[in-house]
Amino acid sequence: MQRVTKTLKAALHSFAFLLSCMTAAAAADPASTGTNVFAPQSTPARSILHLSTFVLTITGLIFVVVFTLLVYSISKFRARSADANSEPAQVYGSTQIELAWTIIPVLIVVVLFMATARVIHAMQDAPEPTNAVQVTVIGHQFWWEYRYPKLGVVTANELHIPVSDPAHPTPTFLQLLSADTDHSFWIPELAGKTDLVPNHPNRMWMDPEHTGVFVGQCAQYCGTQHAKMLLRVSVDTPEDFEQWIREQHQPAVPDERVAAGRRVFETTACINCHAVNGTVANGRFGPDLTHLMSRTTIAAGAALNTPENLSLWIKNPEAIKRGSLMPAMQLSQSDLDALVDYLETLH
Amino acid sequence: MSSNAIAIPGVQVEGKSWLETLHEWVTTVDHKRLGILYIVYGLGFLVVGGVEALIIRIQLIHSHNDFVSPQVFNRMFTMHGTTMIFFVVMPILFGFANYLVPLMIGARDMAFPRLNAFSFWLSAFGGFLLYFSFLGGSGLYGAGNAPDVGWWAYAPLGARAFSPGHSTDYWTLSLLVSGFGSIGTAINIIATVLCMRGPGMKLGRMPLLVWLYLVMGGMVLIAITPLSAAQIMLLVDRYLGGHFFDTQAGGSAVLWMHFFWIFGHPEVYVLVIPAFGFASEIIPVFSRKPIFGYPVMVAATVAIGFVSLSVWAHHMFTVGMNSYANSFFAITTMAVGIPTGIKIFNWIGTIWGGRIQFKVPMLFCIGFLFQFLIAGLTGIIQASVPVDWQLSLSYFVVAHFHYVIVGGILFATFAAFYYWYPKVTGRMLSESLGKWHFWLFVIGFHMTFDVMHIPGLLGMPRRIYTYEPGRGWDTLNLIVSIGAFIQAVAIVVFAWNLVISYFKGAKAGNDPWDAWTLEWSTSSPPPAYNFATVPVVASRRPLWDLKHPEDPDSQYE
Repeated sequence: MQRVTKTLKAALHSFAFLLSCMTAAAAADPASTGTNVFAPQSTPARSILHLSTFVLTITGLIFVVVFTLLVYSISKFRARSADANSEPAQVYGSTQIELAWTIIPVLIVVVLFMATARVIHAMQDAPEPTNAVQVTVIGHQFWWEYRYPKLGVVTANELHIPVSDPAHPTPTFLQLLSADTDHSFWIPELAGKTDLVPNHPNRMWMDPEHTGVFVGQCAQYCGTQHAKMLLRVSVDTPEDFEQWIREQHQPAVPDERVAAGRRVFETTACINCHAVNGTVANGRFGPDLTHLMSRTTIAAGAALNTPENLSLWIKNPEAIKRGSLMPAMQLSQSDLDALVDYLETLH
Repeated sequence: MSSNAIAIPGVQVEGKSWLETLHEWVTTVDHKRLGILYIVYGLGFLVVGGVEALIIRIQLIHSHNDFVSPQVFNRMFTMHGTTMIFFVVMPILFGFANYLVPLMIGARDMAFPRLNAFSFWLSAFGGFLLYFSFLGGSGLYGAGNAPDVGWWAYAPLGARAFSPGHSTDYWTLSLLVSGFGSIGTAINIIATVLCMRGPGMKLGRMPLLVWLYLVMGGMVLIAITPLSAAQIMLLVDRYLGGHFFDTQAGGSAVLWMHFFWIFGHPEVYVLVIPAFGFASEIIPVFSRKPIFGYPVMVAATVAIGFVSLSVWAHHMFTVGMNSYANSFFAITTMAVGIPTGIKIFNWIGTIWGGRIQFKVPMLFCIGFLFQFLIAGLTGIIQASVPVDWQLSLSYFVVAHFHYVIVGGILFATFAAFYYWYPKVTGRMLSESLGKWHFWLFVIGFHMTFDVMHIPGLLGMPRRIYTYEPGRGWDTLNLIVSIGAFIQAVAIVVFAWNLVISYFKGAKAGNDPWDAWTLEWSTSSPPPAYNFATVPVVASRRPLWDLKHPEDPDSQYE
């Protein structure tokens, strides 16, 4: 029995390894990791993997036993030409056998449930340490708003959290809210998913062990552009994280060379939805743009943050993300260029 | 037993015009004709829902594909899910119930023939309402088309703020209307089973399929009513200023989820229990043995019926219930595996020591056994709540429930088609075309749904119209899509078999499979009155008793 379990575990691990290879080979962006649930980089994802291995082993054993029984009985008891005209012995049942195959599954269910309940409790009822980083995540159609209530930072789409040293854990606790429809926050290598439901605040946590960029995406269907509501979490060293927080605290620095673009921004509908700290723009329907240039992507990860993409995005959002709530701004080419020049200064 | 035909004036009139024939079918209250109408209706929508699935699969064939727009894609998966559940599987299963239950218990019709016709036409209009949304969904607002809210229509996506126009209204009304039809048929099935059994047909002698339809009927009554209530509440929200699910005005999105899934999960068992019934009739006949442990099979079914009413929130492990609620729904979900496991063991017990004839109905049943085993085990995996936090809402779940519905229910239903087609038409379905159908479908099914588990494990969420390159999902999705087209070819072979065998199939005779239940004692197709003389039953296998007077079952009861 022990050996069977070991062999099965080994098989499972090699399957997990195979999956990792597939993602690694296919990963185009070397900076970011994959989205493989078998490659955990944080305590919640790791506990889930351990539980999964246990559950997969038990269900795998059941599969092997029942599969063998089925194959054996189907090949053994096929009709042969010799007994064409006679019927087999008519057996109606057996109480002992029925009892056996009722009691054994009951025991298996008890074991599975105990293992499950333990992990549920450890994950969901984990106390929040005082040094935890708190982030409020607000889901919008079709982008993510991040607020750090203790640190006074508002940003969008790219979450920054500190790496958690196992010796001195600094986990990040997320408060999950929604401004419109249901969404779900899922970074497979850091934690399982939790939904963002309007009027129903949720909580989840993660303590990443390594720095790097972790990706994922909205998992709960939220409307037309559910598919391009991508998640990007940058796990920084404590120093980099503090540096990033300091930068995010700065208001936008006025730059006279892009005054024309700034005028376009502040006199068109941009400011109804977007905010730039230190200016009249304080809209909250769209992402905060104060530090737009600190982000790698635009449109919730739908495109890289380049001047060309930015220009196309303002001119015709449908070309990048059909059905997004950003309207086409109908600017003249000169206004558009000036506006992009201005946005390029928002570091 | 009762093969003498009675001449009834007006029934065997020759040379009817097509208009008269049409009139007869539209106004019929005969359970057999209504059964056929249900099944043909369901098969028609199977083609529609299948085409929608193919559109989805073409779009996902590689990353950043541009075959359809996101709006069209979202409509396709909404319509595919709604169509397949409500207008394919439900009608086909109700059709078999209508056709078989009276024949199997020695009755001449259902308990309420006119309610039966009324229920069918309600269900039928439900489907037409849903598809009329393609034309009428735009409404006065010029917004919308077919619904694109997903087949769960999670609040607040269904609210007017997020679904302007009338597309969601058509969805709501369609499920409301067809839901009333389902309730009518369920009442009819229960009344028929309890009140219309022929002489000697005690409850404990009924064929298992009839027992399972009785349980299914009870579950329909319990499951469809909250869905209908929720649809009415949604209409109140949308047009009468209600705030049940309108989160912008303080309503509850979670309330809708509970309403939907307390329908949605029992619904899975509503669909799978008749499939268990088909397997429980067909496997014994082709193993040449009675079903192993009949009383235990009945008890297990009733247990599944009860336990499955308390598992619904396992669809909601990610919406933020507390740890106690999550634990409760974990253990109930795992517990439902116990009676289900007992059933699988009993089917193996039936095969054990038998003489298996590998005719097409049995082939599909064997496919059903293997695939339902896997579907059940992946279900147990997801009942483990933390594991589900990773797997829920991913393609793993999509693969799992298609394994249940296609690998389990559809395979058993195909078995039922091959098994009872001779009774309904008087002709055999072609065995060779049937084997082509079986093997093509097995290959396509496993290419699609085995492989589909893997992108889920690699982080691919469901309901996305496109995906990013470089996640390792491209090749897998290509294989999944190719498999879908192989399944489509198999369905074409099946449809061709249904048509060609109707005209050219071998004559079936009364009892082509040497079977044991009452429907095989009358002619194929049965006359309008089913039995010339109502048969008297002395055991669970009345035709066995007749064929083996030296060793009848009735001796052991």
